[in-house]
Amino acid sequence: MARFGMVIDTVRCVGCMDCVVACKTENQVPEGFNRDWIAYDVKGTFPTLHMESRSERCNHCDNPPCVSCCPTSASHVHDVGGVVLVDYDKCIGCKGCVASCPYGARFIHPDGYADKCTFCIHRVEQGLQPACVAVCPTHCMHFGDLDDPNSDVSRLLASRNHHTLLPEAGTKPRIFYLT
Amino acid sequence: MSELNRRKFLKISAATVTVASGAAAFAKSPAAQTAPAKRAAKGVQRIPTYCDICFWKCGAIASVRDGVLWKVEGNPADPLSRGRLCPRGTGGVGAHFDPDRLKRPLIRRSDRGREVWAEVSWDEAFAYIANKMHAIKATYGPESVAMFAHGIGGNFLKHTLKAYGATNFAAPSFAQCRGPRDVGFKLTFGEDVGSPERTDIKNAQCLVLIGSHLGENMHNTQVQEFAEAVGHGATIIVADPRFSVAASKAKYYLPIKPGTDLALVLAWMNVIVAEGLYDKEYVAKYGFGFEQFAASIATYTPEWAYPETGIEPDIIRATAREMAKHKPATLVHPGRHAAWYGDDSQRSRAVALLNALLGSWGRKGGFYAPVSMSVPGYPYPAYPTSTKPKVDNPDGRYPFAHEAITTGIREATITGEPYPVKGWFVYATNLIHALPNEAETIKAIQNLDLLVVVDVIPSEIAGWADVVLPESVYLERYDDLNVEWFREPFVALRQPVVDAPDEQKPNWWMAKKLAETLGLAHYYPWKDIEEYLGHRLAGAGLSFDELKQKGIIPGAPQPIFFDEGAPAEFATPSGKIEFYSLQLQTAGFDPVPVYTRPAEPPPGAFRLISGRSPVHTFSRTQSNRVLSDMMDENEVWINADMARRMDLRSGDYVRLKNQDAVVSNRVRVKATERIRPDCVFMVHGFGHTSRGLKHAYQKGASDAHLITRYATDPLMGGTGMNVNFVTIEPEAAHG
Ligand code: SF4
Repeated sequence: MARFGMVIDTVRCVGCMDCVVACKTENQVPEGFNRDWIAYDVKGTFPTLHMESRSERCNHCDNPPCVSCCPTSASHVHDVGGVVLVDYDKCIGCKGCVASCPYGARFIHPDGYADKCTFCIHRVEQGLQPACVAVCPTHCMHFGDLDDPNSDVSRLLASRNHHTLLPEAGTKPRIFYLT
Repeated sequence: MSELNRRKFLKISAATVTVASGAAAFAKSPAAQTAPAKRAAKGVQRIPTYCDICFWKCGAIASVRDGVLWKVEGNPADPLSRGRLCPRGTGGVGAHFDPDRLKRPLIRRSDRGREVWAEVSWDEAFAYIANKMHAIKATYGPESVAMFAHGIGGNFLKHTLKAYGATNFAAPSFAQCRGPRDVGFKLTFGEDVGSPERTDIKNAQCLVLIGSHLGENMHNTQVQEFAEAVGHGATIIVADPRFSVAASKAKYYLPIKPGTDLALVLAWMNVIVAEGLYDKEYVAKYGFGFEQFAASIATYTPEWAYPETGIEPDIIRATAREMAKHKPATLVHPGRHAAWYGDDSQRSRAVALLNALLGSWGRKGGFYAPVSMSVPGYPYPAYPTSTKPKVDNPDGRYPFAHEAITTGIREATITGEPYPVKGWFVYATNLIHALPNEAETIKAIQNLDLLVVVDVIPSEIAGWADVVLPESVYLERYDDLNVEWFREPFVALRQPVVDAPDEQKPNWWMAKKLAETLGLAHYYPWKDIEEYLGHRLAGAGLSFDELKQKGIIPGAPQPIFFDEGAPAEFATPSGKIEFYSLQLQTAGFDPVPVYTRPAEPPPGAFRLISGRSPVHTFSRTQSNRVLSDMMDENEVWINADMARRMDLRSGDYVRLKNQDAVVSNRVRVKATERIRPDCVFMVHGFGHTSRGLKHAYQKGASDAHLITRYATDPLMGGTGMNVNFVTIEPEAAHG
């Protein structure tokens, strides 16, 4: 069984938001909402500064609080790649998952259900990369099977320093940032 | 400090719920906005074309699902996009669906600028324009109709106006943007850097960005190559008053005082010459006047430059040596927008000279020699000839302007000298935001008998027009071929993907119809653009059908570096790289650049500087709902410490007031460590005042509105625009 994840190279990322735009058009994300976003982490004082630019989204956690808190099992772990998905028909829009996600990855779609990144599973199942990965002009994003030691993502993790977001939350996120 | 765009966005959208729901029809059901295309077919069709959200012209493939435009992606066969568009290009779908688009031809029914219009038929619009043009020709001559244009789409209208006898054509891309750079390079190497720039970023071992914020400035191929260079460990050196995204990738970040670039470049050259680090063989072989040049810069030591630039001598030396270490694969990037202080062409010439010392022109990792395919133009009858001079640069006042000067045409329109200008055609350039000093633009407009604006959205300049002609967006039209000058030769096609939703028409159709109405039908021997394109392609031995299928046809590779056999020729008077310029000397200018100190902002005021966002192009994209969801207003960046002293917090609204007491629209503060304390920064293109741009109306502030003062470059007429100082007024003070 594959376990899908992403490895994002913050050294190459310029924070251009192409990933956000591509997700929006690919998935017809409604006006006023986005499933991914850019964070700029700035440390230091002028002019001695360090800044990390990174593309953020649902971390498709190994230990997803949004799934365990869902009263209708709409939030679930998909059998392909362990991707965390929402079954829109089962979702009652109670917002429990929105509150439970420490990354702020979920929002309530104007049609009333919880929505978020799907890792573009509809594309992945056709052998394509997620839209954000495929569009990135800096080639900073990588998608693949974390359990396959020969995958792009595994090899990058083996060879470069990296971190995850809020590891202390215990969610075991599957998006890794190369530094 | 973490700045989460999505969170910020959600906050704003919550506060503007009524606006959002009023405009929400777009994203949920694009089909409801647009009549299904006539060619509507079930399933997904993929149609290649090339992008027009900026002028880079990336090859794209548009997907149409069940007859409705779905998405636009990069064409893998295209050398510019390399299969990946920039965020603006990816958001190009929003241009088609923008509910604020111009829909039908309009004729003004009130005073200029009041935005009171009558919708008219295309025939009425052309008849109105033709009548006015006949009258102008009879009274003043056809030269009294001028045109301002941006982008490839203007070619056909230009053809019609040339057939009519017009001779005055200009684009803000010269005097307000890349002109100083191009003149500085042309004086030195005999050629300018072109567009797309001939920079070999991906092979650079050392990349110097001074006056360039690549990564925020999103010219696709360059940003891709920049990431490649960063990825392979090239040494990045960035000099910028703002800690740009590029600066965050740099080994050396030099927080330079605004307006002092020339001092730094002179000091770098001083070190490289004094320490004998330049490419001696290259300079001896290709250089002219090196000894005089070396003598001229001998006093510009790092110690001299320190108080000017604020950059410590050790750092100037270390970075100069780093550049020399990687030569000739050291690229001192020429930048693009370079109209800042009025001495900009000499500043760019210094950048060119630094590259010359490093031997990077014509070398891998430096500047390549661009190549192109040979595609003959369409054979047209000769244009009428004129005995009158062009109005933009009377008596060669700016002797090194090698393109026409927009602000020169504007001045002639105001003064009526050397002869009156009575008609303006404006194609796809929002002159109110593009030219400095809006009041002068409006004064010129009031002298016109005819102002025609061709655009896709109701821009501010459209608000001043007598006739507004709504153009279909690039996804709905054919345009001329893109026969690009680049690393490798290729020709690209723009073709319609979906139908225009209302009565918008392509520029070629307008240009042809107008010519017919003017009695100039014989200048359009072709029936429609397909015949025109087919004829041009046949002349080059290329298949129109193949191009429709693939979007791109590549040509045979050619050598692009001196070592590979590209000719090392320099179209300067000496036939060499001019370290010392006799033509400048003869014209009364400095043969080697000389530094002058810029005026300082008065106490309590900041220098206003501006730049780009990766998700917007000029003032053209703020109503695109996909892109406005990325950024819907700009912010004024203020140094965090200064903001604290003024008791300002990020998100507070303020207004900026310039030295001429012009006050901006309200704009949010971004209190940040990422900028010097002596300047403030804004992204250009926001603060729209056109009511037709419902979604963008009065969101953020316009830098252009505050640029009432400009410093004219004596060599080429460029308008330096970073010479305005602002104070910051809390929004409450305005009630
Ligand atoms: S750089 Fe971006 S906006 Fe410009 S042509 Fe390319 S994809 Fe389009």
